Amino acid sequence: MTQKNRLQSGGRIDRTRPLPFEYNGKRYTGFAGDTLASALLANGVDLVGRSFKYSRPRGIVAAGADEPNAIMQLGASEATQVPNVRATQQELYEGLVAHSTNGWPSTEFDLMGYLGKVGGRMMPPGFYYKTFMYPQAMWDTYEKYIRKAAGLGRSPLENDPDRYDHVNQHADVMVVGGGPSGLSAALVAARSGARVILADEQAEFGGMLLHSDEQIDGVAAVEWVADRVRALGEMDNVLLLPRSTVNGYHDHNFLTIHQRLSDHLSDRAPQGQVRQRIHRVRARWVVLASGAIERPLVYGNNDLPGCMLASAVSTYIKRYAVVPGQRLVLMTTNDYGYRAAFDWQDAGHAIAAIVDTRTNPDGEAVSMVRDRGLNLITGAAVIEVTGGNRVSGVVIADIDEGGGRVTGKPYSLACDTVASAGGWSPTVHLSCHTGSRPEWRDDIAAFVPGKGVQQQLVAGAVNGSYALAACLEEGARQGAQAAINAGFEVDLEQLPIPSARNVEEWPAMPLFHVPHTKPTSRAPKQFVDYQTDVTAAAVELATREGFESIEHVKRYTAMGFGTDQGKLGNINGMAIAAKSMNKSIPETGTTIFRPNYTPVTFGAIAGRHCNELFDPKRLTAMHGWHQQHGAKFEDVGQWKRAWYFPQPGESMRQALDRECRATRESVGIMDASTLGKIDIQGRDAREFLGRVYSNAWAKLGVGKCRYGLMCGEDGMVFDDGVTSCLAEDHFLMTTTTGGAAHVLEWLELYHQTEWPELEVYFNTVTDHWATMSIAGPRSRELLAELTDDIDLGRDAFNFMEWRSGTVAGVPARIFRISFTGELSFEINVQANYGLYVWEKLFEHGKKYNLTPYGTETMHILRAEKGFIIAGQDTDGSVTPLDLGMGWCVANQKPFSYIGKRGMAREDCVKPQRKQLVGLKSRDPQVVIPEGSQAVDDPNQPLPMRMLGHVTSSYYSANLERSIAMGFVRGGHDRMGDTVYYPQADGTVIEAEICSPIFLDPKGERQNV
Amino acid sequence: MFHIYCPYCEEHREEEEFHAKGQAHIARPPAPDDCSDREWGEFLYFRDNPRGLHHELWVHAAGCRKFFNITRDTQTYEIRETYKIGDQPAVSTNPDQ
Ligand SMILES: [Zn+2]
Repeated sequence: MTQKNRLQSGGRIDRTRPLPFEYNGKRYTGFAGDTLASALLANGVDLVGRSFKYSRPRGIVAAGADEPNAIMQLGASEATQVPNVRATQQELYEGLVAHSTNGWPSTEFDLMGYLGKVGGRMMPPGFYYKTFMYPQAMWDTYEKYIRKAAGLGRSPLENDPDRYDHVNQHADVMVVGGGPSGLSAALVAARSGARVILADEQAEFGGMLLHSDEQIDGVAAVEWVADRVRALGEMDNVLLLPRSTVNGYHDHNFLTIHQRLSDHLSDRAPQGQVRQRIHRVRARWVVLASGAIERPLVYGNNDLPGCMLASAVSTYIKRYAVVPGQRLVLMTTNDYGYRAAFDWQDAGHAIAAIVDTRTNPDGEAVSMVRDRGLNLITGAAVIEVTGGNRVSGVVIADIDEGGGRVTGKPYSLACDTVASAGGWSPTVHLSCHTGSRPEWRDDIAAFVPGKGVQQQLVAGAVNGSYALAACLEEGARQGAQAAINAGFEVDLEQLPIPSARNVEEWPAMPLFHVPHTKPTSRAPKQFVDYQTDVTAAAVELATREGFESIEHVKRYTAMGFGTDQGKLGNINGMAIAAKSMNKSIPETGTTIFRPNYTPVTFGAIAGRHCNELFDPKRLTAMHGWHQQHGAKFEDVGQWKRAWYFPQPGESMRQALDRECRATRESVGIMDASTLGKIDIQGRDAREFLGRVYSNAWAKLGVGKCRYGLMCGEDGMVFDDGVTSCLAEDHFLMTTTTGGAAHVLEWLELYHQTEWPELEVYFNTVTDHWATMSIAGPRSRELLAELTDDIDLGRDAFNFMEWRSGTVAGVPARIFRISFTGELSFEINVQANYGLYVWEKLFEHGKKYNLTPYGTETMHILRAEKGFIIAGQDTDGSVTPLDLGMGWCVANQKPFSYIGKRGMAREDCVKPQRKQLVGLKSRDPQVVIPEGSQAVDDPNQPLPMRMLGHVTSSYYSANLERSIAMGFVRGGHDRMGDTVYYPQADGTVIEAEICSPIFLDPKGERQNV
Repeated sequence: MFHIYCPYCEEHREEEEFHAKGQAHIARPPAPDDCSDREWGEFLYFRDNPRGLHHELWVHAAGCRKFFNITRDTQTYEIRETYKIGDQPAVSTNPDQ
């Protein structure tokens, strides 16, 4: 197929570089410099999708980010699928593959329409609320259907092969938008020496100047642009970011920019290149020069393919050399709209009429129309268009001066394209992101950015200044001001301001809803928001049904909820709602725009934070050994901890049984390096410990260790561990693996904010030490083979003591502490020696059947002894007394330690609190699932009275039965009672309340 | 994302380096055991939630590990001042002053 709508000359395309591409399975050709949209229009493709609710045919309306209809699914392969790409922003490349997304099952075959046009009648505004919410069970069915029909695109089923990254940037002046205002601002700011970033969403800088006939400083606008861009490019303090959408304007002048580096080159990024990048910019001052978006007019059947924005028509003709039709009717409320008709005529195509809604327009544009001999109809409007899959004609009628009603007899004109120009909506989105409310200006009938809440200036069309000369001047002045505010010098007296012709504008007419001879509800559909299929009638209905807040109207109708966030439709919709409620537009107000301005790919959001780089991994010094020995790992915070060490052919249960037995029968070894370790020094270290732990520390001698519980001010346990006295003013605290950072911050909090008078210092030493815990009756024999400078004798080295010496010739601290109830030594060596000492232990350990075990066996062995794990057997609602650990509370301490007062609160001392007990299932082979809820009577009606949940539950090979711990209301006084655990499958597990110490209650095993 | 001036590092750093720790100037009662349950409950749980200026405790967690205070506008998110522990705010949250 030839490019039937392409002009023979002109435009910013390269006719020597034809680019074949594929759309909906058909092959087409465009040129380098095209967007997908301009290439489709060049090829005469009218239909790019079907509408969301009514399944109406839709064509390309706009030429930029505001496009609501041409939303494409891109990608030549499964892995490179990208949904929701606006064809107007996608540059064409060779081999591009695109599919329309608003067209299930196909754009040409209209299924929902075929089903009897039921879609529309089925889905009035509020349809979701009225229909889909009940019965709720049907929602899944509806949702799938709606999503598929609604054209939300689809995500790829395979991993994205491309790379994305993030870059942090700092700027003195960040200029958003590279049109006349932005270029002007950037150059002035840059010449002051300020670091400037200029970002524009398009491939080329220049904005509307790229299709302008105007002159600046006596040269053609495009030449002026090229000159400015060249000048900026040569400055070291300037970063130019084309194809970069400033998508979010966040707190403290932080902006996020989505840059597309290779999306214009190929389906996949070229080898070694990044596809997209997020720039995270912290700017001293921001100049918003984001321009304005043309408002379409709202008239009957205004969604038929062939209905376009006037400015888009100009853009396609001037920039892409594409005339998207043969015979044009232009409807405009202002002088700017005329440009489209002039460009159309200059391209040699026919103009049926220019319909100006103003009663007696008489500006420069009107005189040009007369000079050109065009058919000008004033004081009238296109009240509806006719046609099937494309505009074939218009119905025109005179309207009154206010645009409120039709005053003349309607008549028809043939045409295939209707351009509408309803005035401009400044792109206030970014300013809104900061929480600044936009302000209505009656003189231009538009919202402009309100008072800035951050270091923000606005220039040009976004500020409501549409004339080129004004844009250039405001840009220069605001660029200068931004630089001055950022601490640079600019001579405002000598500020060079680019000059452009001053055009006399005839005042524009505010017209948000073109009247029809019929009332809105019975007139042909007048679309306000194309993407979500919201009509003027729907907005009026919403207000009639009592939705008076514009935010409610938005949610009720779905206006502005599309991927385009209502860039075209919002203002018209608000104005229609306001009129329907007899309110002014500022009284009605506007909805709030939120980031992102245009959709951002997940790839760009994730950047390099995926796979191995998603989250840091912490590995112990012995990690490689564990891997070589077949360990399974579990994540504990960022740590990778060995979970268990299955031998070939072993199930998890078999491995655990073997590890548990070996430890109790001979000796096992665990890598405990991940336990948090905090070095505490200073004259008042001991006093400090007494304040943050619930038990006593005043008398702990050098060389001794003690277990401690740490509580919050509410009296609830949050961490535990053993702390050892290294010297009178030096202690080593251990914490849970996951709690280490929190505990250190907790200690610092109290020291810095409550007790700064205490001389004490904290530092984390978790990673400095490799820790290996050997446990079992033969652990002493094993250790004795590797140390000759520590007397390991039962009475020389007591339980809960530590010694320094050497192990395998390496300086070590050995702690005789036990989390298994066995005779146990915890060997700490400098982390770099960890693997060496570990291997030495195994060299000597063969004859003792030294068995490595992981966290799961550790959990079982400690549960056999009734030792808690903070965070598993506690949940922030548990006091030491609830745990049956009153022995670890020293209320006679002189200082009211953290947790003491909290534990004494009325609720904490009431009877029948949930208390931690042991639980034995009646059937010893049944392991009660953790989380199961205890009840007294499993036959009571629902909801049952729950007594507490199971916190730890395992099969113990040593005891040859299941064991569990859990909370039971008043459980400490219910030893021997039976409780029941109803399960989700309807079965009930019966269990007996017992002491949580299942093994060796007298502690004889560790005391040998 | 906030840009926060650490009064100890004397530099602006990204919010990622900090943890927010709630309302500032909540002193632990000097004699907890003399507090009634109500008084202890108020110390534990009751905090202001102003629309406007708020004194907040923050910590430079991934930096110098120092706690310090911020006077922040909860509506605009503007940080009006940061000051060290023990210092008093220069910006008052009382609109009459
Ligand atoms: Zn700091």
